[in-house]
Amino acid sequence: MASVSLVKEIKRGVITENPILILALGLCPSLAVSTSVKNGLGMGLAATFVLAFSNVIISIIKGWIPDKVRIPCFIVVIATFVSILQLLIKAYVPLLDEQLGIFIPLIVVNCIILGRAEAFASKNNPMRSLVDGFVMGLGFTVSLLILSCIREFLGSNKLWDLLVVPNFKPMTAMILAPGGFFAIAFVMGVVNWVRGWKKKEVKKA
Amino acid sequence: MTDSLTGIVQISIAAVLIQNFVLARFLGLCPFFGVSKKLSSATGMGMAVVFVMTVASMITWWINKAILIDMGVEYLRTIVFILVIASLVQLLEMVLQKFTPALYDSLGIYLPLITTNCAILGVAIINTGINVFSGTGYSFVESTVNGAASGIGFTLALVLMAGLRERLELADIPKSLDGLPIAFITAGLMALAFLGFSGLSFFK
Repeated sequence: MASVSLVKEIKRGVITENPILILALGLCPSLAVSTSVKNGLGMGLAATFVLAFSNVIISIIKGWIPDKVRIPCFIVVIATFVSILQLLIKAYVPLLDEQLGIFIPLIVVNCIILGRAEAFASKNNPMRSLVDGFVMGLGFTVSLLILSCIREFLGSNKLWDLLVVPNFKPMTAMILAPGGFFAIAFVMGVVNWVRGWKKKEVKKA
Repeated sequence: MTDSLTGIVQISIAAVLIQNFVLARFLGLCPFFGVSKKLSSATGMGMAVVFVMTVASMITWWINKAILIDMGVEYLRTIVFILVIASLVQLLEMVLQKFTPALYDSLGIYLPLITTNCAILGVAIINTGINVFSGTGYSFVESTVNGAASGIGFTLALVLMAGLRERLELADIPKSLDGLPIAFITAGLMALAFLGFSGLSFFK
C-alpha cells in the first residue's frame, strides 16, 4: 500500500501540482539558472534538499509556534538550511557555487518552499511532510530539467556540455534573459493545451 | 571606496536599463507577473518596492559592515538579511500607518508581499559583492543608489508590462496561451528589447 501511495504522491508533485508549470511558483530561480542542464539539475537538487529538511523540521515544531509569528519562524528554519547548503556547496562543488551565484542564498525567498511549509508541513506529520518535500522538489527539478534542456539545446547547441547537432548555429538569445521567458511560455502553453485536450476527452466519454 | 559622480551615474544606468532586475537578472518575477494586471496596482507596488529597496540597502549595508564583517560571521548573512528585511517591512508598515495614512492607503496592501520578493534580498546580497565599475566593494552611497535604481528599474518594467497586459485583455489569444504564457511571451519580447541596452557598454 505504501508503494502505491508513493507513486500517487510523485504523480501529484510532478504532474498535477507541479510547482512551476501548474502553480507558477518559484519562477525567479527557474528562469535564471535554466541556462544549462547542469545548472538546472544543481538548482533542483539544492532546492529539494532545503524543501525536504525544512518541511520535516517545521512539521515537528509546528505545535510550539504561536500562530501569529509562524511566517518569521518558518523563514528562520528555511534560512538555516539554506546557509548549511551554501557552505556545503562552497566546500564540495565550488563550480556550481560560481554558476548559481546569488541564486543559492535566494532559495530562502523561493515561494515554493515557504508555500509548502505553510500549506502542507504546518498541518501534517513529519513523515508525510518529508515525502511532500521530496515530491515537490522532484517536480521542481523535472520542470527545471525540461526548461534547461530546451534552452541549452537551442541556445548553445549542447546538452550536458556535449555537442548535439554538428554544423548548427545556435541562437544565443535563448540562454540570455529573453530565451528564459520564451521557453517557459512555450512549455506552459503545451501543458495547457494537453490539459484542455484531456478535459475534452473526459467530456466526450 | 571614494564616491564619484561618474560611478553613481554608471550604477544607476546599469541598474535601471542594462541589468534590469526583472528583465535581465530574473529577480522579483512573482510580483512582476502577479501584480501587473492593472496599471494602478502596478504603480503602487512599484513605489513600495523602490521605497523598501532603498531603505533595505542602507540598513543591510551597515549591518554587513558593522556586524557581520567585523565579527567575522559572514556565513550568517542569509539569515540575518532575511530577518532584517522582514522586520523592516513590518516596521515600515506601522510607521506609514501612523504618520502618513494617505501613503499607507496606497502602498499598504503591497507591503506584506514585499518580504518574499527576492529582488529585495537580491539587492542586499549584490551590495555585499564587488562593484563591477570600480572593482572594489560598494560604498554606503553606492549601495543606496544601487538599491533605489534597481527599484526604479523594477517599477519601469512592471509599469510597462501592466500597460501591455491591459491591452492584451482585449486581444484574441490562442486558448492554451491565454493568461500566464502570453504574459511570459510579452516579457520575453521586452527582455529582447532591453537586451539592446547592453550595447551601452560601461562594462569593460
